[in-house]
Amino acid sequence: MTHPFLALTDRDREEMLRTIGVTTVDELFRDIPAAMRLGRPLDLEPALSEQELSAHLAELAARNVDTTRELSFLGAGIYDHYVPAVVDTVLQRGEFLTAYTPYQPEMSQGVLQSIFEYQTAICELTGMDVSNASGYDGTTVSADACYIAKHATGKRTIVVTEATNPQVRQVVKTYAPGFGLEVVEVPHHAGTTDLDELRRAAEGAAAVIFQQPNFFGCLEPAPELAAAANEAEALAIAHVDPLSLGVLEAPGHYGCAIALGEGQGAGNVPSYGGPHYGFLAARQEFIRRMPGRIVGETVDAAGERGYVLTLQTREQHIRREKATSNITTNQTLLALGGLVYLTWLGPQGLRDVGETCLSLSAYAKRQLQERAGLELVFPERTTFKEFAMRVGRNARDVIRAARARGVHPGYALGRDYEGLDDVLLVAVTEKRTPAEIDRLADVLAEVAQ
Amino acid sequence: MKLIYEKSQPGRRASAIPRHEGLPAPDVPEQLRRARPPRLPEVPEFELVRHFTELSTRNFGIDTGFYPLGSCTMKYNPRVNERLAGLPGFAQLHPLQEDEGAQGALELEWRLQEILAEVTGLDAVSLQPAAGSQGELTGLMLVRAHFEHAGESAQRRKVVIPDTAHGTNPASVTMSGYELTHVKTDPRGNVDVDDLRGKVDEHTAALMLTNPSTLGLFDENIEEIERIFHGAGALMYYDGANLNAVCGISRPGDMGFDIVHINLHKTFSQPHGGGGPGGGPIAVRKLLEPFLPVPAVICRGDGGFGLDFDRPRSIGKVRGFTGPFGVFVRSYAYIRMYGPRLREMSEAAVLNANYVLARVKDAYDLPFDRLCMHEFVLSARRLKRSHGTSALDVAKRLMDYGFHPPTIYFPLIVAEALMIEPTETETKETLDAFCEALLAIAREAAESPELLKEAPHGRPVGRLDEVRAARQPLVKYGFEEHPELEAERRPLAAEAPKGV
Repeated sequence: MTHPFLALTDRDREEMLRTIGVTTVDELFRDIPAAMRLGRPLDLEPALSEQELSAHLAELAARNVDTTRELSFLGAGIYDHYVPAVVDTVLQRGEFLTAYTPYQPEMSQGVLQSIFEYQTAICELTGMDVSNASGYDGTTVSADACYIAKHATGKRTIVVTEATNPQVRQVVKTYAPGFGLEVVEVPHHAGTTDLDELRRAAEGAAAVIFQQPNFFGCLEPAPELAAAANEAEALAIAHVDPLSLGVLEAPGHYGCAIALGEGQGAGNVPSYGGPHYGFLAARQEFIRRMPGRIVGETVDAAGERGYVLTLQTREQHIRREKATSNITTNQTLLALGGLVYLTWLGPQGLRDVGETCLSLSAYAKRQLQERAGLELVFPERTTFKEFAMRVGRNARDVIRAARARGVHPGYALGRDYEGLDDVLLVAVTEKRTPAEIDRLADVLAEVAQ
Repeated sequence: MKLIYEKSQPGRRASAIPRHEGLPAPDVPEQLRRARPPRLPEVPEFELVRHFTELSTRNFGIDTGFYPLGSCTMKYNPRVNERLAGLPGFAQLHPLQEDEGAQGALELEWRLQEILAEVTGLDAVSLQPAAGSQGELTGLMLVRAHFEHAGESAQRRKVVIPDTAHGTNPASVTMSGYELTHVKTDPRGNVDVDDLRGKVDEHTAALMLTNPSTLGLFDENIEEIERIFHGAGALMYYDGANLNAVCGISRPGDMGFDIVHINLHKTFSQPHGGGGPGGGPIAVRKLLEPFLPVPAVICRGDGGFGLDFDRPRSIGKVRGFTGPFGVFVRSYAYIRMYGPRLREMSEAAVLNANYVLARVKDAYDLPFDRLCMHEFVLSARRLKRSHGTSALDVAKRLMDYGFHPPTIYFPLIVAEALMIEPTETETKETLDAFCEALLAIAREAAESPELLKEAPHGRPVGRLDEVRAARQPLVKYGFEEHPELEAERRPLAAEAPKGV
C-alpha cells in the first residue's frame, strides 16, 4: 500500500529506475558496505493511520495535567499568559510555517519583513539599537551574550547574580569552559543582589548578568547594577521579562550593553518547555559581534524596498570557524508569534498587562498573608508578577497536597536554593482572577502550616 | 508593502486586557518605572490579520510548491501534527509540572528517545539540544567530558573536519574550545584517506563527518576512516543533517560513529517556520551516556516516567527544561505514521534524487560522476564560462518557473554549486517539471542569457542590493527618521552560500 506521505507508483518507480540505468532501488545504495547495512526492518511499532495516531496522542495528552485542568500559579521562567487567537491564525499560514530560512529573498519577503518588524519591536521594548532574529530560548541567548562579551572585552570572567534564573546560570556554566570563560556568582541579600559584592566581583570581568525582575520576582536596583558593571568596564547584561517592559524601564535606558530574555510569555504557549524564542538585543557597537540571523532593509534595482539576511560575514556558513556563533536554525516562527502578540497588545495593551499582573499579584500577596496566614520571604522588596512565600513546611509537600485539591500553588525554591525548602514561588499572570486567588489562599490555608 | 509600524495610528488597539475593580493599585518605584512607552504598532485586530496575511502571500513554503533546498530536507509537514502539538495536554503543559502530572509528556519523550536510538543504532539519547548546531556543540562537550574523565583532555585538542562540512561544524569546534584540523576530499568525493592518515594521532579528539556528505555521496572509505579514528583512540561524530538518505538502511552506530545529532526539522518533519524551530537530539554510545545533559528522561522501575537530575558526570544543561517539546510531539507523530516503513521514505528520497540527477546532468557539470544518495551537487561552471550566467542566475530563473531554488555556492569545494535535494515527498510529475525547467534554463543561458541575469520576473521584489544592506546596516524601523533608500548602480548580490 502506498504510504500517505509518499507519491511514487510502481510504474513511476520502473520508469525512474530505467532513466537512472539501474534495475532495483537497492542498487542505488551500492556504495554502502555490506557490513554497515542494517539488513533487517527497523524494530519500531507498525505504522499508524492518522486516526490511530490521533487516538494514541490524545491518550498521552490526557495523562498530563495542564493549565486548563488545574488552577496554576506555576511560573519560574515559563508563564501562563494569554495567547490571542490571531497568533495561531498567523503561525498556521503554510507560507510561514513550512518555509526554510530565507536564503532567497525574492521568495521570502514575507518572513524577512516580519523579522525586520520583530527586530524593531524588540529594540523598542528593550531600548536597544540592534536585535537578532531570535535565539533558542532565554538560557542560550545568555550564553551567546557571554561569547560577545568575551570577544568585546578580551576578559575571561562572567559574573552572574545568584538571583538569576538557575537554568540560565546552568547553561552559561555549561558553555563557559568551551569559551575559555570562568563564571562567578554573586549572592543576594534579602531577595536582591548584594551591590557591594557585585562591585567587587565585576572588577576585571567581561560581563555582569542580572535578571530583572529576578528569579524571586523581586525588582533589582537595576540601574545601580548596570552602573556597577559599567564602572568596572564589564558589559552590563540584563535578562528581562518582555511583559514587564510596559511598566518597568528598558535596559537600554539605564546603561546596559545587552538586553535579552525568554520570549515565551509574549506570544508562545508553555508547551512543556518549548519551542519558544529567546531574544537578544544590543547597543550599536556590538552589531558585528551579534550571533545568528539579522535582517536588513535595502532596495532592488528598480528602487523597490525589500529585506535580506545581512551582515552574513559574521555567520558560520561564510566565516566558518571564525563565526560569531554556530547558530543557523533559530526560532523564527515563535518570534513571529511574539511579533503578532506585541502588535496585538500595542503600547497600551503592554502596559495594561503589566499593571494587571502588578495588581493581581499584590492582591495575592495580601490574601496569602491575611487569608492563609503565610509570610512573605522578602517583605521589603517590590515585586512584579511573582513572589516568594514561606509555607511553614517543605514546599514540595505543600505542592503535592494543594495539587490534590486541584491547585498548583507554585514552584519549590528549595529545588535551587539552600535554606529555602519551605518557600513557594507564586506566579500571578493576567489570566488569573481575584476569585482564583482566593481559592489559592483557601487551599494554602488548609495545606500549609 | 508598508511596515506594520507605518500602518499604526495612535489610539488604536487590537487587545483588551482584563482589569479588576478593588485591587491594589499597580505600584512601581519611580526610578524603575518606564518613562516612555515602546513604540509598538497601534492597529485594530483586522488590520493585524490582513497585514500578516499579505506578508504570508509574499513568502514561499513547501505548502506553496517544490522546495529542493539541498541539505535542508524540505519535505511535507503533515497537518495532523499541528493539531496534535496543539492539544491542551501538550500545548498548555507547564515544564515545571510535577512528574506525576506530566506522565504523558514524559512517556512521549522516552518513546522518542527509544526510537532515535534504534534509528541511529546507538544506546542513549538526549532530546535537549534545540537545533542541529546545538547538537554538534553538545556532542563536542561530551567529547571533552569523555577525555577529561580519561585524563587525556590536555593532550587531545584537535577535531578533524573535511572541507565539504557544513559551516556549523567548524564554528562548533571553535565554540567548544577545540582546534581544527582540515582534511581534503579525494577525486571520487570521499574523504581523502591519505591526507587523513597523516593528520590523526594521539592529539586528535574527534572526527566530525556528514555521511552521506554534503556532496550527496556515501563515503566509500567509511570502514577505513573508522579504523583510523578508533585506532588512534579518537571519537567519531556524525552530523545527522543527511539522515534522510539512510533511515532503516544503514545506521550511524553501525558505521562506527559514537555521537550523532538528528535534525528533527529535516528528517522528521518538524516544519521549519521560516528559520526555526528545530530540534537537535543527540544519540551516543553507552560509554558517553554518563555525560549527557540533565535532566535525563527515564522509565522508572514502576513503569512510570520521570526526570533524573542526579547525573554527577553530566556536562550540565545546554537549554531550558527537556528541550523543544512541541517539536518532539510532531516528530514522534511523524515517525509513528511510518514505523519500520521509514525505509521506504529514505528509498524514495534517494530514488527521486537519482532520477533528477540522471535527467539533468548532461546539461550541467557533475563534479563527481556517481550515483547519489538523497541529494546531489551540480556545477553551473560551464554555463558561466560559455555564457556568463552563474549558479545564482540559474537559481533566480528557477523562481520564474515556480520553484524554490536549490542551495547554491555550497559545498565550497564545488565552483558554481547547485545542491539539489528533492526529498521523498514529490510526485514524478513535479520532478519532471523541475527537470524540464533546469534543462530549459540551460538552453536559455545559451540563447538569451539576459532571461537568467534579469530573473526573477514577477516576484514581489527583484534582486536586492545585499552589499548596501551590509555596508550601511538598517536593521530596524526608524520611525520619523526612517530613511528612504534609492537604487544605486552596482552589482547586487554577493556569491555566498545560500542554503543549508
